[in-house]
Amino acid sequence: MTRKQKRLTIIAGGMSFIMAAVLLVMFALGQGIAYFYMPGDLAKTPVPPGTRIRLGGLVAEGSIQRGNGSTVTFAVTDGTDTVPVSYTGLLPDLFREGQGVVTEGKFEAGISTFEADTVLAKHDETYMPKEVADRLKDKGVWKGGEATQ
Amino acid sequence: MIIELGHYALVLALAVSLVVAILPLIGARRGDLALMELATRGSVALFGLVTFSFGVLTWAYVVSDFSLKNVWENSHSAMPLIYRWTGVWGNHEGSMLLWLLILVFFSAMVALFGRNLPPTLKANVLGVQAWISSAFLLFILLTSNPFTRLNPAPAEGQDLNPVLQDMGLAIHPPLLYLGYVGFSVCFSFAIAALMEGRIDAAWARWVRPWTLAAWMFLTAGIAMGSYWAYYELGWGGWWFWDPVENASFMPWLAGTALLHSALVMEKREALKIWTVLLAIMTFSLSLLGTFLVRSGVLTSVHAFATDPTRGIFILAILSVFIGGAFALFAWRAPLLTAGGLFAPISREGALVLNNLILTVATATVLTGTLYPLVLETLTGDKISVGAPFFNLTFGLLMIPLIAAVPFGPMLAWKRGDLLGAFQRLYVAAGLALLAALTLYYAEHGGPVLAVLGMAAGFFVIFGAVADLFYRAAFNKVSVGTGWRRLKGLPRSAFGGALAHAGFGVTVLGVVAVTTFATEKVVEMKQGMTTEAGGYSLTFDGMQAGAGPNYTEDRGHFSISRGGVRVADTWSSKRLYTARRQPTTEAGIVTFGLSQLYVSLGDAMDSGGIVVRIWWKPTILCIWFGAVIMAIGGLVSLSDRRLRVGAPKRKARPVAAPVPGLEAAE
Repeated sequence: MTRKQKRLTIIAGGMSFIMAAVLLVMFALGQGIAYFYMPGDLAKTPVPPGTRIRLGGLVAEGSIQRGNGSTVTFAVTDGTDTVPVSYTGLLPDLFREGQGVVTEGKFEAGISTFEADTVLAKHDETYMPKEVADRLKDKGVWKGGEATQ
Repeated sequence: MIIELGHYALVLALAVSLVVAILPLIGARRGDLALMELATRGSVALFGLVTFSFGVLTWAYVVSDFSLKNVWENSHSAMPLIYRWTGVWGNHEGSMLLWLLILVFFSAMVALFGRNLPPTLKANVLGVQAWISSAFLLFILLTSNPFTRLNPAPAEGQDLNPVLQDMGLAIHPPLLYLGYVGFSVCFSFAIAALMEGRIDAAWARWVRPWTLAAWMFLTAGIAMGSYWAYYELGWGGWWFWDPVENASFMPWLAGTALLHSALVMEKREALKIWTVLLAIMTFSLSLLGTFLVRSGVLTSVHAFATDPTRGIFILAILSVFIGGAFALFAWRAPLLTAGGLFAPISREGALVLNNLILTVATATVLTGTLYPLVLETLTGDKISVGAPFFNLTFGLLMIPLIAAVPFGPMLAWKRGDLLGAFQRLYVAAGLALLAALTLYYAEHGGPVLAVLGMAAGFFVIFGAVADLFYRAAFNKVSVGTGWRRLKGLPRSAFGGALAHAGFGVTVLGVVAVTTFATEKVVEMKQGMTTEAGGYSLTFDGMQAGAGPNYTEDRGHFSISRGGVRVADTWSSKRLYTARRQPTTEAGIVTFGLSQLYVSLGDAMDSGGIVVRIWWKPTILCIWFGAVIMAIGGLVSLSDRRLRVGAPKRKARPVAAPVPGLEAAE
């Protein structure tokens, strides 16, 4: 092979690999992401059943109920609207009523309870999930001094 | 008084740093040796000042001086000594000071051990290092000063975040920063090369030990962080694709690519421009990581208390350094001459493939990490990119990499023989498949893909052995001669083989855990027994206990197999009294390479307690593999050829000297 051919082989190989990777990333971005909703958003525009979303807000006061085994139900609120959530598993240490929370999961068809498979934990009790903090501030429900303090 | 001295030392350090950032560079331009020499002494003085300052802060923590705001916020007099000490970097201000300390430590190392560097290169490198340290000194002094006093001084501190009260804090951040910040040296070397418009194999030989050292620390640091998160957080996971984890993982991927491309440059003078670009990218990713962690722009489990001015300041540092570096690159890179030729199938070709895959993998991780940020800025939609995205893209990209790893070392430089490499590797491949099938059988089945995954892991391990086998030519000579040849191999050959084998071990662990791990959540009452991973766990009841600064409820579990009691463990829920913050301390029992992981949930009204039990087969392979990789780096670093500061043998001709420099030498 000449110098030019060698270089072309390497460049063509590299480019096709990169193209494949870009397509893969675009495909995966269509599949692997979850939009963030607050209870108020869901009241306005419900999401189709089976779509993975993140639901965030405050854990409503007095809403935590332990059912059979390790299933827990609670409600996520943004001050005006409230969505019931059901979760099976261990709750994070800092999960408390009145605290900010982000859950991930989906709605089953015909059921209004959000089936969460993940409840996001925090390292620090002063920490409020950023999405929740921003939106609650917009609504004027929660007034943190600084964004996350 | 001593506190003010520490503060003053930091201000003085800024002055020294600014001097080193400017004068030696002018000296290098004018050929003024006295000005260039300033860089060496200045860098050592800088290290001394920052060490003093760091020592003062540490002292304030150890003696619990709550008149310092930083100590008050993050310490408590009842904490054990070790946590009062490690608490220094368990917060934003202190960890920035540690970051800086390690940065100036590397500058001082270059100053002290870089005696054989050409004076202009050394002055330029130390000058660039000083730009970075000046920026971060300014950042610390203006926005994150750990020496702020409180008046009146509180009597008791607010305690360190309980999650951080662990040995992990003593090990993980220093190792991680040694890695992160170590890449600054590669960055400075790259910038210095661009400023001089000259780069050669000798440059790569000077840069490689620093890259290797930084890579080694980063490997160990990430592994340690992963293990810490695994046992401390009580979620049983070892990697979450959390933005902050990605922030440390991206420099590692780019650094791994840099390690390999510098090899090509050193041996063959090829890939020069690419290597310089990679060096810049690696440290830029480290800076980006620092920004992501400190600014709070992304939702992450690692939340430092943030304030917006800090984010903007780091963003400014980020843009100046990354922007400046890339601008300089665009301007000066065409000056660098292209290097040696090679066929697509050759050692160089294999290393290019390695670089291609690793950089594309870095780019996918970067995309996934920053996509939510970009989308929110553009459309206002808030999204999260989770593990499914990363597992799909990154996972698929790793397949060709894993398959190619054993082939790389089998190919000759310039022009390789792929068929020959196949012939040398088919035994390794066969053995790998056999080993994977055995493991598959032992674990009683699972998805068929798992066999391939495990076989790939074994293939990488056996391939590394085959590499040494053929290098020693055991296939051609008698066993005795082979042994002698094996002993005579350079240490870097063993280092490379070890690092590759370690990678294989990690792959094996990841595949096995992902496939065979089991998880169950059960409500248990005293005396109840449940099964996990072939073991029976009996819950013996709860007991109250207390530590120096916490109270706890702990549950005792007896573990037996086949009716014979083999182990027992405590799993607890703690409440740290000062912050009223609860934590979960999982009970972890190790059987060989596998672990049983018991985490407590909430107490039920019925008197039982929710227990989550994981069986994690061969999970320790994940971290052992990383440790083997790091040891491989260490072995390679001890190779005489690369030893930092070892006198260079004259045998190797150094590339064309710069006119006017001989006089200076």
